[in-house]
Amino acid sequence: MSIATSTDRTFLRMALGHPAFVIGFVLSSFFVALALISFVWTPFDPTKLSIANKLQTPSLHHWFGTDHFGRDMFSMIMVGARVSIAVAFVAVGIGMIAGVPLGLYAAARRGSFIDELIMRGNDLVFAFPSLLLAIMITAVFGPGAINAIIAIGIFNVPVFARLSRGAALSLWTRDFILAARVAGKGAARISAEHILPNIANLLIVQGTIQFSLAILAEAALAYVGLGAQPPLPSWGRMLADAQTLISLAPHMALFPGFAIIITVLGLNLMGDGLRDLFDPKLRRER
Amino acid sequence: MTRTAITAAAVSILALGLAFGPAPALAAKNSASIGMQLEPPNLDPTGGAAAAIDEVVYANVFEGLTRFGADGSILPALAESWEISEDGLTYTFKLRTGVTFHDGSAFDADDVKFSLDRARADDSTNAQKALFADIASVEVVDPATVKVTLSQPNGSFLFNMAWGDAVIVAPETAADNAAKPVGTGPFTFAEWVKGDRVDLARNPDYWGEPVSLEKVTFKFISDPTAAFAAMMAGDLDAYPAFPAPENLTQFEADPRFSVIIGSSEGETILAMNNKKAPLDNIKVRQAITHAIDRQAIIDGAMFGYGTPIGTHFAPHHPAYLDLTAQSAYDPEKSKALLAEAGVTDLTLTLKLPPPSYARRGGEIIAAQLREVGIETEITNVEWAQWLEDVFKGKNFDLTVISHTEPMDIGIYGRDDYYFQYADPDFKAIMADLANATDPAKRTELMQAAQKKIADDYVNAYLFQLPRTGVADAKLKGLWPNSPTQANDMTGVSWEE
Repeated sequence: MSIATSTDRTFLRMALGHPAFVIGFVLSSFFVALALISFVWTPFDPTKLSIANKLQTPSLHHWFGTDHFGRDMFSMIMVGARVSIAVAFVAVGIGMIAGVPLGLYAAARRGSFIDELIMRGNDLVFAFPSLLLAIMITAVFGPGAINAIIAIGIFNVPVFARLSRGAALSLWTRDFILAARVAGKGAARISAEHILPNIANLLIVQGTIQFSLAILAEAALAYVGLGAQPPLPSWGRMLADAQTLISLAPHMALFPGFAIIITVLGLNLMGDGLRDLFDPKLRRER
Repeated sequence: MTRTAITAAAVSILALGLAFGPAPALAAKNSASIGMQLEPPNLDPTGGAAAAIDEVVYANVFEGLTRFGADGSILPALAESWEISEDGLTYTFKLRTGVTFHDGSAFDADDVKFSLDRARADDSTNAQKALFADIASVEVVDPATVKVTLSQPNGSFLFNMAWGDAVIVAPETAADNAAKPVGTGPFTFAEWVKGDRVDLARNPDYWGEPVSLEKVTFKFISDPTAAFAAMMAGDLDAYPAFPAPENLTQFEADPRFSVIIGSSEGETILAMNNKKAPLDNIKVRQAITHAIDRQAIIDGAMFGYGTPIGTHFAPHHPAYLDLTAQSAYDPEKSKALLAEAGVTDLTLTLKLPPPSYARRGGEIIAAQLREVGIETEITNVEWAQWLEDVFKGKNFDLTVISHTEPMDIGIYGRDDYYFQYADPDFKAIMADLANATDPAKRTELMQAAQKKIADDYVNAYLFQLPRTGVADAKLKGLWPNSPTQANDMTGVSWEE
């Protein structure tokens, strides 16, 4: 049922035999690696303007060309990866840290007033289109990377709360939980020691999907000018900057566009792969 | 049987289509679609400050006593001629006769009195009431003569009367001008499709030289990418204030279009909050001006279109002083000045409104300031937010903005203006200027004012915003410059 029941070795073997997972993992790791390398090295300073070298097409010197200020596009994509991944990681983290305990608590107190309160509160957040909510938050608190993280984090909370409540509810009726209750464990301990490990795989799969959605959301916010503010490079803003120059310098739109597509595609493939790998029914068939 | 009938019908339709299809394209074109970035909130130039109102109706639908020519000179319009008394207090306007409003009513001296009294009344909604502040009385001498008496001499009175806010309206229709403008101009208002366009039609009863165009459509396309596509597709015949300078090179390379580079009244500045520490220190402000490389901003943000300025004055004005050398790009001097001022670890907020000159220029300025050790926190803001936060709230350190009103150096003397300068000596110069009517004296005072604000490093003066227009190569007669906010279609025609 849980990951712990299969050894790490067989899991790894299965993972390598799953093409979607492998492709997704390689694509996402590539951008994570780019982001990590950008901390120690970029070909050029991504914030250094050089107006004389503006709008250069890709060359051996500037691998992805230069933008309208003569900044090196490859360096900007590297640092932009860092911003995208950091924003998405923290935002999904906020969603999990706040959402999972809420969901588990609601499941433990199922049918109670508290359960209703938490779940209807979730419905309320869900009822707002997520991007609209994010725009509202950044409009009130001002644009910036931190507020983008908070905004994306908030609409991740109900996703995880609902998922963990649903999964936990089905577990609460199981015999091993009954055994734990007979042994005198409280609801909090049961949730932490028995429920959480058993829904971890679901959370990891959902986390991967949410991660890709968060990257898209960050790019969308940055595109409308509500994400990370200049001079910090951001994929969404690079696209926005490229918009009027698209016929003059198509490379300015292509590279950040591809970066977003490939990262999101990679994460989605990896999420699908993980779901298959964690699914006991599929695993038995293999 | 049926099939042959259908085939025959189809063939004949096709033949008809082939025969008559291309024909309309051969007819001479006598209409023009003009692209504009912003839609006007209403169409009454006497009841709103928005530039877009004048850009539709000025000189096209409405006329004043005087008007701006394409070069910024003051020309007679509804006033045929005028006489100024020796003391400069009385202006006697001789009006044109045989002029009618679009609703058929005749124009005479009573309409002038009504319009001027309405604009300067206590309950007037005119956005530029200051233009009329010196008027003491307006008298009707006879139907074709009006005498305006001023409370004090005003050297720019005829200039003031040329503004869109000073146009002559009819008492019967004045209240409805916002939605259905009725003026005396060469074009009559036809239709306003909100969110899309305003149509004007030729006025057959126009008093002056008849215009060439039968129909003018102003289309509102704010997105630069969409504007570019609309020009390329031929949906627009001209876009007199094209918002994306980066596309101009493509238009220049295309023989179908002509690119019109003119001057505008837009002094683009890096405004500084003069009352907020450490910007209240003149050395810090001077350091900022020396950290800025104007040419890099013009090349990077405006793709080379723009004239560097060293003070808040339009370079094409005869009284302009080139003071750019005084605040030349000199990072070393900038660092020395900062050290002298004892300022270290300086972080300033930089709020940028939506136009590309501000957003792009701001990013370049931020990079240039970083070179001398000043960090900036950039915040991109929308117009409403800029007006609320920066212009009204004065909650900013730095902002990039273009002041597009003509001859607006007077804003430096205003109390409570957003960059909070309001120096008493400067105000004294402005007071002298208001009273001076002698041209030489006026030039001297205007130059003194320019020097004063450059010496005090009130703001960093960047460049004069160019008016970058693009038009169909065959469309002639558009204004290259914008001495006022207008798209005067009077002299526009299609080349044969």
